[in-house]
Amino acid sequence: MKLSKSYFADERTDDFVEIGQPRPRSDIRGHVTGRTAYFADRTFPGLLHLKMVRSPHHHARIRGIDTSEAEKHPGVARIITAKDVPQNLYTILILIQVGPEDEHVLAEDKVRWKGEAVVAVLAETARAAEEAAAKVKVDYEVLPAVLSIEEALKPDAPIVNEHHGRNYYLYDSGECRKVRFGDAEKGFAQADHILEESYSSGPIEHAPLETSGCIVTPEANGRFTCYTNTQAMFFTLDNASIILQMPGHKLHMVGGTVGGGFGGKVDVTVEPVAILAAKLTGRPVSFIYSREEEMQVSSPRAAEKIVIKDGVMKDGRIVARQVMAYIDAGAYSRHSPYGAQKSAAHFPGPYTIPNVAIDSYCVYTNRTPSSAMRGFGVTIGDFALEVQTDKLARLIGMDPLEFRFINAYRDGDMKAHRQPTEGAALIECMQEASVIAGWPVDERFMKMSSQTREG
Amino acid sequence: MAVKRGRGVAAVNYPTGMNLGGDPTQALVHSTPTGSFMVTLSSVDLGQGLKQIMAQICAETIGVPTESVTVDTADTDTGPHCMGTFASRGTHRAGNAVIQAAREARQVMLEVAAEELEVNASDLDTDGSGNIHVKGAPSRSISIFDTALAAHFKHGRSISGRGMFLVPRSYPETETGAMKPSTCYAHACTVAEVEVDEETGEVVVLSVKNVFEIGRALNPKMVEQQLVGGSWMGISHALYETTEPYYPDRHHGARDYNEYLMPGPGDLAETEIAVLERPSGDGPFGAKGPGEMCANPQIPAVANAIFDAVGVRVDTLPITPERVLRALKQRDAGAAA
Repeated sequence: MKLSKSYFADERTDDFVEIGQPRPRSDIRGHVTGRTAYFADRTFPGLLHLKMVRSPHHHARIRGIDTSEAEKHPGVARIITAKDVPQNLYTILILIQVGPEDEHVLAEDKVRWKGEAVVAVLAETARAAEEAAAKVKVDYEVLPAVLSIEEALKPDAPIVNEHHGRNYYLYDSGECRKVRFGDAEKGFAQADHILEESYSSGPIEHAPLETSGCIVTPEANGRFTCYTNTQAMFFTLDNASIILQMPGHKLHMVGGTVGGGFGGKVDVTVEPVAILAAKLTGRPVSFIYSREEEMQVSSPRAAEKIVIKDGVMKDGRIVARQVMAYIDAGAYSRHSPYGAQKSAAHFPGPYTIPNVAIDSYCVYTNRTPSSAMRGFGVTIGDFALEVQTDKLARLIGMDPLEFRFINAYRDGDMKAHRQPTEGAALIECMQEASVIAGWPVDERFMKMSSQTREG
Repeated sequence: MAVKRGRGVAAVNYPTGMNLGGDPTQALVHSTPTGSFMVTLSSVDLGQGLKQIMAQICAETIGVPTESVTVDTADTDTGPHCMGTFASRGTHRAGNAVIQAAREARQVMLEVAAEELEVNASDLDTDGSGNIHVKGAPSRSISIFDTALAAHFKHGRSISGRGMFLVPRSYPETETGAMKPSTCYAHACTVAEVEVDEETGEVVVLSVKNVFEIGRALNPKMVEQQLVGGSWMGISHALYETTEPYYPDRHHGARDYNEYLMPGPGDLAETEIAVLERPSGDGPFGAKGPGEMCANPQIPAVANAIFDAVGVRVDTLPITPERVLRALKQRDAGAAA
């Protein structure tokens, strides 16, 4: 790695003692010698194993649940259904007033995606729990499913989630989060060229080495200790407290080094039901996702569809940009309304464009709920923006790197969401890239600065 | 064998912390009787090295060596509230909270040392290796070991501090979308070079040259680890990964690492990293959050390089050999017609 200290030297002193030192990380010896303890390294006498009975259908009404055969299976300690959960309806971001509550800890009347949790089975061994789970009989009436963004937004589409009443999240701004700056239509009218293109992506797995899970022990003093690999201790504690209708002081979350998160351990999916199980049985409970559950049940990065329309001048200036972004949230909100909103704030990218119109939609489908992942609301947007930018440069016959210099934002430029640009450094990154990649650009671009509009 | 080469560029920025703010993190710092320091948090170390960085931030602020700082975290009985480790917020939010707590602790420490040395606390400084001395007179000094003992057993003072960092929440204006998503942005530019096999549609990424502007590299080696890992993840997103290869078709979903495609060590490109520092106004020592951003620019850079090589656009992720091949066939059919 090269630390290029020549850029912004006037804005920086480098007189630190500990900061800037390449100290070896404190936990590295534990990691490389296998001595780092993860939550699942703990074991407790009398530990029960939890396996989840999951929906085999994308969308179905539950007519009845018969657990009688499963209960008779050797080793089964307890079976938990929706009626055992004190506050079964929840949504994670209710903590910061982003509602409505739209998801059940265990399915009640319906399942809305293939893989949704329906019945929890607790047994002496993981194998017994799995065998008993296979004996739980759920009587389903299969309903028509909505599996794509396009289907979901059709006027006569089946409703995915009755708690929303429509197949998109309703913001205070309406059916989407909007950004309006300048006059996009006027911008298109004056442009030399207009380019409208569509981009899309499939869901992506976080792929941590350590799957999501927790182990809960009931303590003698009436509290519950939950050893978990969550990325957010109090998100988990506070949501568990609401779901279990249990005061927060009864709960003690213990985390530690997590074996990879990437946003995949921000949902609260394993802890509340495991704590409930420990409470109902009075025994320690382990609930750890299998690799298949981690890949197909835990939230992926959302599939997205992004349509970008640009107006560009022959001299390289982008004069208008319209973005329509659709985030496939799957059946439940989790963090997706937040992610779609973040995408609206991120467009139109690190460029100064005088006329901008952005609409970001959070769309519900009968699919695995998507949620946070590294680059949430931005990664796929950046793919779309930067491929589009490349197409624009080629459309007007300009070098793609030089084209970006012309449009790059600089200090003081007003962004589409009406914040003045501060601390810009896109130009300098491109100058350094030009040098290290051997991609020469015109001298005037090498003299540009993010700190001033001159040049 | 028609193997074509191409290169592509992409430039991006990324907000630090939760979008629209409103995401608090707290920290507590205290000294032991013999002058070691404890940082207490509830933030989670995801393997990226949060504990090490918090120790360095605390050490720099108090003026002690990093090895004398221990970080206790991820326990809701002891650690004060942290919103969580996500949204490129760990270093920025928790780091600021640790600085505030450490400053308060340092002030008490200097006050105790001042009483011991019979000088004003404002005349004292730390040497970074465990001693406090009078500015301009290094021989008039007391060790932090002795200062902490004196605080505990003689002066009855707690060398400790509380820290809290919160970016106030912004609420978007409904019609215009006027809002404040973030207080600082990291930046990046990536140039990728690829080879595309026109017979198989396979793409080999030859090199990825990344420039990242991250405010301040608090620990350059750990910065490098995160940026290189992110760069590889970007390649993986561009060409390999999806839980549903034929989305929105729900079939063919991967269930394990045999079925979920990711690059192996042999598939990773030669990776180069350059780091620029433009300190942010409100970051700990100017640091921003590049944790998420570092995996983003490679994706469009690779896509643009593929176009540069063979003249086809694949606008759907991931850019699998099948999709490249279909695009090439369409290109050739178009040329024939």
